[in-house]
Amino acid sequence: MIDDGSPIFRQIAARIAGEILDGTLAEEAQVPSTNEFAAIHRINPATAAKGVNELVDAGVLYKKRGIGMFVATGARERLLAERRARFTTEYLEPLVREAARLGIHPDELHRLVTEQEVTA
Amino acid sequence: MTPAVRVDHVSRRYHGVTAVDEASFALEEGRIHGLLGRNGAGKTTLMRLVTGLDRPTSGSVEVFGSDPFENEAVLRRTCFVKESQTYPDLSVTRVLASARLLQPAWDENLARLLVADFDLPLGRRVRKLSRGMRSALGIVIGLASRAPLTLFDEPYLGLDAPSRALFYDRLLADFAEHPRTVVLSTHLIDEVANLLERVVVVDHGRVVIDAESDEVRGTAYTVVGPAGPVAEFVSRREVVARQDVGVYSSATVRGRLDEPERRHADELRLDLSPVSLQELVAHATHRGPDDTPTPEGGTR
Repeated sequence: MIDDGSPIFRQIAARIAGEILDGTLAEEAQVPSTNEFAAIHRINPATAAKGVNELVDAGVLYKKRGIGMFVATGARERLLAERRARFTTEYLEPLVREAARLGIHPDELHRLVTEQEVTA
Repeated sequence: MTPAVRVDHVSRRYHGVTAVDEASFALEEGRIHGLLGRNGAGKTTLMRLVTGLDRPTSGSVEVFGSDPFENEAVLRRTCFVKESQTYPDLSVTRVLASARLLQPAWDENLARLLVADFDLPLGRRVRKLSRGMRSALGIVIGLASRAPLTLFDEPYLGLDAPSRALFYDRLLADFAEHPRTVVLSTHLIDEVANLLERVVVVDHGRVVIDAESDEVRGTAYTVVGPAGPVAEFVSRREVVARQDVGVYSSATVRGRLDEPERRHADELRLDLSPVSLQELVAHATHRGPDDTPTPEGGTR
């Protein structure tokens, strides 16, 4: 795991959310068990369960009793909406700040962003 | 829920030396706990008290609801893998066979798997084993015992990093299938930090931290940058360590950061980094030159 100081269960939740966002985990697909998460990331199973449960509480995952954990329908949309809401504070503001530090004029920044879009 | 272990105001003194000083904590069943602290902090004494090898001078210890001292019923549910455990000079096979007799929950298949994992020579006498192999033997016994309470005291002297990783993997896999109360005592805190659900940190025989390990993480961070901005950023915080190198400063502060504070740090061009559990324990158990000795005249 990457140690950014946030609780590990939160990092697990973020990782699963990331896999749903990029399509690695499709909606209605079964996600690995908490014990599998624990084994792969070498973390305590209770911590893995806590991360998974956070996504269950958020309606991103749901439990089928006796079978396992699945990605909810609409989970990707919900996660996308959440990430978009955080995009400004997490990406845009630091970008604009750094541009200002480097003396990059907003027009220049705009041009750079547009160029990125073309090459991306 | 009844805890597996309850240590209540326990002190242990030996000829005026206080090894454990009014320690109180409980270990819940079915979790992996870390018992952390410096050498001589009292970890081994605590484990000896919990496993009935010693009795407290004052206070009480309960394991599965009873006093473990000379208590057969409790001891049969306990497995204690000691640092540099000594074994009678038998072959590895014979040592494992005796362990099986003492441990009612013993799993022979698991023992065989682990012996193969660690490449233990079954026919070799224990005295001829390398230090790492002896440690591996202890790990095999500790895991295969499946004891409801299993304690590992610095179990991997002489084991290299891949073998330690193997131990962590096997511990997690078997714990997931057969949850039980595990206590890991080690100075390799960063290696095991993510395996622990709860940590008890002792220093000078006292419990200084007793918390979920995820709660302990993120309770301190290090700020690095030009001295002025660092001083400004940490001015109203509790600084636990500080280092100045030329015009730069590095300060470790207690507390959590919220988003606006992170942005503020970014604006001041300060680098923030989380403090690892290992460093947190070091700060919690710091012994500066101005430390006053304990009233009993110091601890081991």
